[in-house]
Amino acid sequence: MVHMEYYLIVSTIMMFVGIYGFLTRRNLLAMLISVELILNSVDINFVVFNRFLFPGQLEGFFFALFAIGISAAETAVAIAIIINIYRNMRNIQVKNLDKMKW
Amino acid sequence: MNITLDLIVFIVLALFIVVSAILSVTTKRILRAATYLLFVLIGTAGIYFQLNYSFLGAVQLLVYAGGITVLYVFSILLTSSEGDQAEKLKKGKFFAGLAATLAALGICLFVMLKHKFLPPVFEHGELPVREIGHALMSMDKYGYVLPFEVISVLLLACIIGGILIARKR
Amino acid sequence: MEYTILILLLPCLSFLLIGLLGTKLKPVAAGTLGTVVTGIVALLSYWTAFSYFGAGRDGSGVYPVLTPWNAEWLPFGGGLEIDLGILLDPISVMMLVVISTVSFMVHIYSFGYMKGETGFQRYYSFLSLFTMSMLGLVAATNIFQMYIFWELVGVSSYLLIGFYYTRKEAIAASKKAFIVTRFADLGFLIGILIYGFYTGSFSFTPDAEVIGTAKVFLPLALGLMFIGGAGKSAMFPLHIWLPDAMEGPTPVSALIHAATMVVAGVYLVARMFPLFIGYAPDVLHITAYVGAFTALYAAVVACVQSDIKRVLAFSTISQIGFMIVALGVCTSADPHEGGLGYMASMFHLFTHAMFKALLFLGAGCIIHAVHSNEMSAMGGLRKYMPITHLTFLIACLAIAGIWPFSGFFSKDEILAACFGFSPVMGWVMTFIAGLTAFYMFRLYYNIFWGKENKELHSGHKPHEAPLAMTIPLIFLAAVTLFAGWIPFGEFVSSDGQAYHIHIDWTVAATSLCVAAAGIALATWMYAREDRKAADGLAARFSGLHKAAYHRFYIDEIYQFITHRIIFACISAPIAWFDRHVVDGFMNLLAWISEKLSWLIKGMQSGYIQRYGIWFLGGALGLTVILLLI
Repeated sequence: MVHMEYYLIVSTIMMFVGIYGFLTRRNLLAMLISVELILNSVDINFVVFNRFLFPGQLEGFFFALFAIGISAAETAVAIAIIINIYRNMRNIQVKNLDKMKW
Repeated sequence: MNITLDLIVFIVLALFIVVSAILSVTTKRILRAATYLLFVLIGTAGIYFQLNYSFLGAVQLLVYAGGITVLYVFSILLTSSEGDQAEKLKKGKFFAGLAATLAALGICLFVMLKHKFLPPVFEHGELPVREIGHALMSMDKYGYVLPFEVISVLLLACIIGGILIARKR
Repeated sequence: MEYTILILLLPCLSFLLIGLLGTKLKPVAAGTLGTVVTGIVALLSYWTAFSYFGAGRDGSGVYPVLTPWNAEWLPFGGGLEIDLGILLDPISVMMLVVISTVSFMVHIYSFGYMKGETGFQRYYSFLSLFTMSMLGLVAATNIFQMYIFWELVGVSSYLLIGFYYTRKEAIAASKKAFIVTRFADLGFLIGILIYGFYTGSFSFTPDAEVIGTAKVFLPLALGLMFIGGAGKSAMFPLHIWLPDAMEGPTPVSALIHAATMVVAGVYLVARMFPLFIGYAPDVLHITAYVGAFTALYAAVVACVQSDIKRVLAFSTISQIGFMIVALGVCTSADPHEGGLGYMASMFHLFTHAMFKALLFLGAGCIIHAVHSNEMSAMGGLRKYMPITHLTFLIACLAIAGIWPFSGFFSKDEILAACFGFSPVMGWVMTFIAGLTAFYMFRLYYNIFWGKENKELHSGHKPHEAPLAMTIPLIFLAAVTLFAGWIPFGEFVSSDGQAYHIHIDWTVAATSLCVAAAGIALATWMYAREDRKAADGLAARFSGLHKAAYHRFYIDEIYQFITHRIIFACISAPIAWFDRHVVDGFMNLLAWISEKLSWLIKGMQSGYIQRYGIWFLGGALGLTVILLLI
């Protein structure tokens, strides 16, 4: 049996890789990909905790399941927004999106 | 520590996931990033399979690897021109991001490893789909019909929202 | 008698209507509306007076005090409340008649006088406002309602003095009137508050027991109220605004600054008379001295002024002084023993309102004809303006106190009351009466006789005023002729009982002689074409003449005190403190926040990734802190 911590280490690394990507990528889609990484790592954590710590129950399992569904929804809306931005500005570089300060 | 097949499979998966993840945030080409994301998602599905959650792994493959990645690829094709490469980062920003991330990673790992979890138990055996289905549709305690319905409404809202936002005016 | 509320509501309504419609209304329509409403108000007032006095006296021989309409407005608890209502007693009914009559006449007159002026509608709406406020003042059921309307008349006076708001002098005069009376009203307000605190009500007739506990504060309150009254009634040294107020249109001067508003102070003292005589006779006598000095001062100044409206203004101040003196010399509430002055004062108020309004309206006709206020532009006008001449003469005779004009009767009563108080007061007032005759006839001769200013009159011939202006003159002249025969004491007296006026012929003969002497002197000095006597006298006493011409430099003293002492020594340091310390502190705060926001402004870059880094750093920091704890 593999130790639970190993899984957690993998998911933590994945999460911070995602955060790193979110902070450094300049393309909106790339940032969104990083967000997917973060979400995915959280899913792994849910599943692992359920499997190892509360084997008789299903909360973690369903959380992961729902999180997948929600991330699908979030991606769809985000991509719709990005496409809209692209239509308006002809690119999706985040440095052009500083209108948020107004 | 004896090396079991489980462990070997896990190590392979873990390496695969970590390397793909790192590549997906460092590669210059956005389409490659999406591909590496696909690898990460597939690896994650592998972990679910290894944990005997076949149904979840299948969902992961279907929704994430199958659906979302395709969505990404299409949107990338829609929004990026040929040979579009990420700009080179300024050193300061790169280091700021890297340092912050590494520090946070260190702290997080430290906290996690130091933490005393409940005694972990690993029970082999597949979670039957029938049970999942019953739980998903049940209204009793530990029944998930309400979140299920909420998710479905949310999805509907997202479909409508996505259409509204992305349609041509 | 609930219909009396209409006396207040109608002018209020017409004020709102004319004021709100403004120039959408044709000038004629606005004027007609205002005039008709005032006419109705006048008729209502006459009817009120008729039915009030017609209802007769009650069992104890006095006219009952009626409140046909009263609304509790602001209850403060503890029995203290401010009501709005209408109070009818002999003096308020008398005032209603006076005000509505003069107001009506002025409304008609203004048709002619203000014809073609821009702001004709505004003028009529302000007139309505004033009429409403003044009627509300006299019909007030309590001192606080009186104060409210008191301020309202102040505002309308301010608005009307500043009617020609493009003229600098008019603006200055309106501000002066407003500020000076405001200072006086401060005294009034404090007086009211003290009064309300110690008597537990704002009523004119508080409980006798409660008054006993007020002790020294009641005279204090009454004295402070008199300061308010002195401000409105232009008593020395608060008189300085009234001569300047002549910058307003002449009909306004007739209505507000001669007949009605300026006697509000007299009315106030008369209203509080039972309290004055019962609890503060000393304060009452002080008012008499103030009034006497004012009367003398104003009469002397009036003798040398060259602007005819200024002469009339000072004569108004002087005559109000007479009324105040008459009230002040009262020593008891019994008209047969020292209380005569009350009746005399009210009688003089009544007659004075009529003949002074007549004088001002006449002056308005003259100004209308020669387009100047200065005597030098006049002279010899009697052949051009016969009606004005005749009515003006009647008014002059009345104010000089010549039998059988109305002024004779009321002035005679005042002088009798003064002699009853002390011979010195009597002789002083008699002397002032002589001065009055002198300066009025100086004015009269300068306008209608004397050398004609041919140079000025050749350009355009002076002409008689239009009918709208002469009808009020004739009406007021008729009233002036016959008002003296009204048995005034039957209606108004200090104790409410009927008082039969009988003329004290020794006093009357003296005053007649003095008045005749004054007129004779004026005739000798001014009736002829050459002015040798007058000029010689002026040159002889050039110092006195100059001082009187400059109103004894009272305005300059005010100027000095306000500018050199108050502004320079008190206001300037305060202003410096305000500008540098208070503002400086605020500026410092603003400066600090500005700098700080410049510093942190960079954070709000709008770049989501920077926000992400900050967020991560914050979360990290928090985690570290939690770990370390």
